[in-house]
Amino acid sequence: MIYLKLFCIFFKIGAFTLGGGYAMIPIIENEIVTKKKWISPEDFVDLLAIAQSLPGVLAVNISIFVGYKLKGLRGSIVTTFGVIIPSFTIILAIALFFHNFKDNPIVERIFKGIRPAVVALIAAPVFSLAKSTHINRYTAWIPIVCALLIWLLGFSPIWIIIGAGLGGYLWGRYKGKFIKAKTDIKNKNDTKDKNDD
Amino acid sequence: MLLYLQLFYTFFKIGLFGFGGGYAMLSLIQGEVVMRYGWLSTKEFTDIVAISQTTPGPIGINAATYVGYTATKSIWGAVTATGAVILPSFILMLWISKFLIRHRNNPVIESIFKGLRPAVVGLIASAALMLMNTENFSSPQTDMYSFILSILFFVAAFVATKVYKVNPIYMILICGAAGYFCF
Repeated sequence: MIYLKLFCIFFKIGAFTLGGGYAMIPIIENEIVTKKKWISPEDFVDLLAIAQSLPGVLAVNISIFVGYKLKGLRGSIVTTFGVIIPSFTIILAIALFFHNFKDNPIVERIFKGIRPAVVALIAAPVFSLAKSTHINRYTAWIPIVCALLIWLLGFSPIWIIIGAGLGGYLWGRYKGKFIKAKTDIKNKNDTKDKNDD
Repeated sequence: MLLYLQLFYTFFKIGLFGFGGGYAMLSLIQGEVVMRYGWLSTKEFTDIVAISQTTPGPIGINAATYVGYTATKSIWGAVTATGAVILPSFILMLWISKFLIRHRNNPVIESIFKGLRPAVVGLIASAALMLMNTENFSSPQTDMYSFILSILFFVAAFVATKVYKVNPIYMILICGAAGYFCF
């Protein structure tokens, strides 16, 4: 039953995402975090960080992670199918029958209304995500600088992600947070690796 | 058969190296599909971009499905290309998810995520900023009426989702209907 529910939710997400993966973020947030509470707001930000850092279609990456977290491999297969089936069938129908779909004046008018709304839908979660990441006046410069580097200077997001991850690592090291913990973990991992072999 | 193998190989590569979301992927697709194999003409490629923007779903998936069908004139071509483009994500995401769920409390990973979280907020902000262009909002020079109306739609949608927590799906439907009547 949970599989059917997962499929339906991701089908809905796939069917209403216009304008690429980022537009999907508010819809997924609304369905998975706010309504179903399957993932906490904090975990949702981490999930976005992972989905952004890996290659591939952002929306598919998010679906795979949510499916896996809830129901393992089978869950991730279900969510992936759910999210791609709407676009797959619609595009196929267009390729088969409606070559002139986009030149239709009615479609053009509808999309003139939707496009600015999609931009707003992407802008709105910036603030709710800033809240769930506990950004305060000492850390607010980080997202601002990242956004400006990409927007004005054309930096690739992948460099921002690498830089931010490295920055977090160095900051943790500087703070000396894992000097003691590191040896514990290392010992633990060593025994675990031996067991895996 | 060779064509299917080429399709699979090409879209697997696009899935594997397509960092940074749909729009970054489009240039990769153009390089392979238009320049290298000539499966599509430049005009057909521009059409795909336009169609992807006017149909739901991730752009990478839309493009793979369309190219797969047009190159082979068969649904199996569409299935091959779409499957190939998601396969790398599938393998990598599963592997990373497994690893992260297991090492959740590792302090090194925890501090890396501490750095990543605020940056992700910035990434999404930049996506919104980059979409504030003439393609989505028109411009005062070309069409004052459309420009003002688009700004109004933007503000209304922003306030509705942010303050009144309107479901984003309803928001899209309402703005689509309003666009049909106003433009």
